[in-house]
Amino acid sequence: MAKITLSKLRHSYLPNPSSDSDFALKEIDLDWSDGGAYALLGPSGCGKSTLLNIISGLLVPSEGKILFDDKDVTTLPPDQRNIAQVFQFPVIYDTMTVYDNLAFPLRNRGRDEATVKTRVTAIAEMLELTEMLNTRAAGLSPDTKQKISMGRGLVREDVNVVMFDEPLTVIDPHLKWKLRSKLKELHQRVKATMIYVTHDQTEALTFADQVVVMQLGEVVQVGTPVELFERPAHTFVGHFIGSPGMNILPCTLVEGAAHFADQAIALEGPIKGTPQGKTEIGIRPEFVSLASSGLPATVTKVSDVGRHTVVECTAGGERINAIIEGDAPEKGASVHLEFRRDQTRLYVDGWLATTPEEAMA
Amino acid sequence: MKTENQKAWLFVLPVLALVAFNALIPMMTVVNYSVQETFGDNVFFWQGLDWFQQILRSDRFHDALGRQFLFTFLILIIEVPLGIAIALSMPRKGFWVPVCLVLMALPMLIPWNVVGAMWNIFTLPDIGLLGYFLNHVLGINYDMTQDPVAAWITIVTMDVWHWTSLVVLLSYAGLVSIPDAYYQAAKIDGASNWAVFRFIQLPKMKTVLTIAILLRFMDSFNIYTEPFVLTGGGPGNSTTLLSIDLVKIALGQFDLGPAAAMSLIYFAITLLVSWLFYTLMTKDDLN
Repeated sequence: MAKITLSKLRHSYLPNPSSDSDFALKEIDLDWSDGGAYALLGPSGCGKSTLLNIISGLLVPSEGKILFDDKDVTTLPPDQRNIAQVFQFPVIYDTMTVYDNLAFPLRNRGRDEATVKTRVTAIAEMLELTEMLNTRAAGLSPDTKQKISMGRGLVREDVNVVMFDEPLTVIDPHLKWKLRSKLKELHQRVKATMIYVTHDQTEALTFADQVVVMQLGEVVQVGTPVELFERPAHTFVGHFIGSPGMNILPCTLVEGAAHFADQAIALEGPIKGTPQGKTEIGIRPEFVSLASSGLPATVTKVSDVGRHTVVECTAGGERINAIIEGDAPEKGASVHLEFRRDQTRLYVDGWLATTPEEAMA
Repeated sequence: MKTENQKAWLFVLPVLALVAFNALIPMMTVVNYSVQETFGDNVFFWQGLDWFQQILRSDRFHDALGRQFLFTFLILIIEVPLGIAIALSMPRKGFWVPVCLVLMALPMLIPWNVVGAMWNIFTLPDIGLLGYFLNHVLGINYDMTQDPVAAWITIVTMDVWHWTSLVVLLSYAGLVSIPDAYYQAAKIDGASNWAVFRFIQLPKMKTVLTIAILLRFMDSFNIYTEPFVLTGGGPGNSTTLLSIDLVKIALGQFDLGPAAAMSLIYFAITLLVSWLFYTLMTKDDLN
């Protein structure tokens, strides 16, 4: 188990990267503490798998360093890093029994059979595989196979970090939930550092203590699920996390106040510096409410999603979602929208540019 | 109401007719010959199982069968490991993949009698490139028309040259179907190269390898054209394989009865070995 430090990491798949766009990973600095549960969240192609392969040692980064407990492992091959990785598609050794599959990483490292037996039995117990230890692994269901891959990762007691690369992709929906809670439970039992890569926000937010959100090879925000939800550092995070995502409305600045559709919109606090570039207001649908006065809008769609109703409105040519508890207006109705002030933020060129009032006081 | 009609049979009929003409009828003719004696003019005498007894007891048949098994054993023991080794060392991605594939496929595109003729000329001691080089440059006495060992080395080498590609291409197809994640997982699990081969590559190649070995067994066991053109079964009878001997009996001596009996025995052996091999190889998958 180890603390992981990524220092000025950059990676390009091209031999001679020149411009920024040649890099699959732009400069990344991260510190992951020992025993934490982390998620790397981002859409396909954002570089999260590249980052994972760099940490596991399957890829050597073009620039920068990776430290495990302050020891430089940048050029070490995977088997010398003491890491474990669970892949998207379950990898099992077809010809072996479940027992031999679990024992494989230990036997390769020359552990004696008594140790192997103790470890395999303990891990099988944890993963509820005990009954099938002597069956051949080939014919098992995808979720069982994925449990075996996880088991191979956890069987080594000295493992520095266990990484999961979208491990639930091929699992049936009703088993996903089970396996996810199993993972969470495993993390609490083995206390290994775990990194979970996914494009599914539910998986990331339920698994991790800290979520790293990536976009286009860049880390846009690192935070707890609550932080990501409440104060997205970038419009991308606001949009990517939440269902529906954050409303992003283009605005103009008039004498330091944000204006949208000819209305002054009150922000959570003062704007940092002098903004130059594209300015946008960001507000989550959860904090938009219907009121007697405020931004005039027309209801274009009403969807009842069970717990609450998502009301889609149009104002100033933009679509604004509002989450309403209780009675919702009819489609086509004219309404007024009110934004909760402490949740209304300004983004300049995508990045958060307001500080909350309390912070100033 | 369930309506039944028999129209489906109409679709089966053409295939049935084709199989009858190209397999069943010729086969039955052979069976017919194998139990009778004829002196031509379509006059036949019932012979029972005499020809079968005669063939099964003849030293000539035993010798040819022995040579046949030796030949098949030699080419399999060379071609299968060599084919796997070549497939393993071929690139999986990039510019060289099509180049390698075409190079590999080339020998298989050459007609069998041409292969025989090529190797015949190639190994002639006086004008053949290899024959001349061995005899006159290296000073090794090599003449397959005189020396049975040289003849054997030549036909085995020729077959290896001609057919290893089949094993290569089939193994390669098995290899490229292995997802990268398997290799990455094996690396992380600390598996040695041998363990990767033994537990990932070999199991994934098993199905195609079974087919490759089966095809190579059947083809080499029934081989005729290449050794016939290359050595004609000589020197002496040293490279007279079953098929060459069969043709000698049937067309050389015009002993149609014994030749028919021998073909049926020959066929039965090929079928039996193929069946045994296939059953053993696929036994695990059924459980």
